[in-house]
Amino acid sequence: MSFDNAYEAINDGAGEDAHWAFGTGFDDPLAGVDRALPAGVPVAELTAYCLMLGDDALVLSQRLAEWCSRAPELEEDVALANIALDLLGQARLLLSRAGEVEGAGRDEDTLAYLRDEHEFRNVRLVEIDCGPGPGGDFASTIARLLVFSSWRLAVFSRLVESADPVLSAVAAKGVKELAYHRDHAAQWTLRLAGGTEYSRERMVAGLARVWPLVGELFDPHPVELALPGVAVDPSLLRPEVDQVLDTVFGAAGLHRPEIAPLSPVAGRTGRDGAHTEALGYLLAEMQYLARSLPGASW
Amino acid sequence: MDAEREREFDRVVAAEQRVEPRDWMPDGYRKTLIRQIAQHAHSEIIGMQPEANWISRAPSLRRKAILLAKVQDEAGHGLYLYAATETLGADREDLTTRLVQGRQKYSSIFNYPTLTFADVGVIGWLVDGAAICNQVPLCRTSYGPYARAMIRVCKEESFHQRQGYELLMTMMRGTEAQRRMVQDAVDRWWWPSLMMFGPPDDASSNTERSMAWRIKRHTNDELRQKFVDMTVPQAEALGVTLPDPELRWNPERGHHDFGQIDWDEFWRVVGGDGPCNRQRVDHRRAAHENGAWVREAAAAYAAKQARQEGAA
Amino acid sequence: MSESPRSSWPLYEVFVRGKRGLNHVHVGSLHAPDDEMALRNARDLYTRRNEGVSIWVVPAAAITASSPDEKDPFFAPAADKVYRHPTFYSIPEDVPHL
Repeated sequence: MSFDNAYEAINDGAGEDAHWAFGTGFDDPLAGVDRALPAGVPVAELTAYCLMLGDDALVLSQRLAEWCSRAPELEEDVALANIALDLLGQARLLLSRAGEVEGAGRDEDTLAYLRDEHEFRNVRLVEIDCGPGPGGDFASTIARLLVFSSWRLAVFSRLVESADPVLSAVAAKGVKELAYHRDHAAQWTLRLAGGTEYSRERMVAGLARVWPLVGELFDPHPVELALPGVAVDPSLLRPEVDQVLDTVFGAAGLHRPEIAPLSPVAGRTGRDGAHTEALGYLLAEMQYLARSLPGASW
Repeated sequence: MDAEREREFDRVVAAEQRVEPRDWMPDGYRKTLIRQIAQHAHSEIIGMQPEANWISRAPSLRRKAILLAKVQDEAGHGLYLYAATETLGADREDLTTRLVQGRQKYSSIFNYPTLTFADVGVIGWLVDGAAICNQVPLCRTSYGPYARAMIRVCKEESFHQRQGYELLMTMMRGTEAQRRMVQDAVDRWWWPSLMMFGPPDDASSNTERSMAWRIKRHTNDELRQKFVDMTVPQAEALGVTLPDPELRWNPERGHHDFGQIDWDEFWRVVGGDGPCNRQRVDHRRAAHENGAWVREAAAAYAAKQARQEGAA
Repeated sequence: MSESPRSSWPLYEVFVRGKRGLNHVHVGSLHAPDDEMALRNARDLYTRRNEGVSIWVVPAAAITASSPDEKDPFFAPAADKVYRHPTFYSIPEDVPHL
């Protein structure tokens, strides 16, 4: 190995048979996918639908990334960052698709950084503080991840058949990721529920924290209903998701909480742009730099 | 008998062969390695914080993804290195305790704050660049597990350095405000980056023995010079000024001359009085303590499962 | 160390088959509370969940290792764990910076 050129030295000696395969081989999930708008699909609704699914992923990714350097153990820091990165990847594909379908020249960053709270279409479940902030802890993070990934995996499993080839391709990539997220959350649910008395209390409290926002996941929105064959009607998913959750709860000795759903605001919820107070703070932090230097390139 | 073992050990090291975990090794070698690798591992883990500081505010989704992946890599590097200490009989929990109690050190560079997003780029360019200069020779260090961990770490660091430089180039092509931001970050990070190579050779107590053991392969001053020579043309290409009026090419030496490093500042920060020392250690301690109930829960669950399997 | 349960997790050694046709190769180690989590952590840490990669995880305590020069009496400790000193080796605390 040569010391004279630090950069060459990095590449020799180690050989290219890097069998640990760390950080290699990320394919473009949309390679070869037809990006043209499928005939007969309403533009405004498809744009909104891509924003809904994209905002869910973006906001939860932002929340999960808060754990970075704060996780209960270093191995878990790596795992949570992986999940956050998967969701961020999904968000970027979906927001880009939203901008492309809309045709008004907005790209993923314009949509992520220059929309205000009421323009965000994510479900409220993903935006609340479930730790490491004071609003939650590792157990409520896991409870939310279990519910969200079980639900989103059910959505994406059907979305693979979408008439929009881009949504279908995003879903095909996403199902593998979400299956992993769900598994990770389920494993931790078992361990926290079956660990110590204290961890069990935390797990029960974590489920109670997120449960009021679960019902909203299954409320069909007019946008979804206006896109037959393209979007997934979430009201059809409840039995499947309940069965998954009941399996995990059964193994963990937990019960589905009996807690009333969080009220809509003037009849509207996250999908309509009516959020909890938490989203404003989340966006203020996420967007401030991008907004403070207009015309900057990053 | 020890003398004979020691001769064999010296022969292996002198022949550029690798010492492996179960080989006999002098106590001093083992202690020095544990200390050095642990400090290195701690540096990776503490080093997550200044950059993680900008993940939530990264100004584009691409930059957010790059930064999150990078900080995650640092966690990975810390894990590889802690694993190397464990082949020497150290215990990660114990090393972590020493870190959060302030009894073991990490690289002082991470005791400086990241004040703007340009700092993320400058850390990639200068701090990771300096780390590469320090670490590439360690890929040939005499202790096998350390050398193997370093090969993996160096590959990723070089990628990080290119990412950092690319961010700075993009910002320099942006607005005037962005260019000022980059220059300000360079002004703040340049001297601390030079300090990353440690005290000058005449004040470095461990260098000679570590070099004989092939734990260390170049002196602090050699590596520092290498870094300066590598970085000057990169700064020119970028269009930033390195904040040192004495920095100039010396054709006789074939190297750049540079100004006097403020060693008082260096020793102050090493001694615990840098801008962020307490903050960094407190952050790590809080994460470790707040996570204790989770680690205990998983251990308790595993013990219950093992008991059930044993009973079945 | 009398507290129970211990909050630190046991050490696992990780072996990865990079692609078909190759042996599993030792890539490093990690901590995990149990076998299942060890496998998942290994996937996250050492393969970034690359599809199609096969991973083994083994509790470090379950590995019996030979010494490198067994025929030489000077270098023949009893076959034991992967590392030679299973208990913590004390580090001087007043050491200067790297």
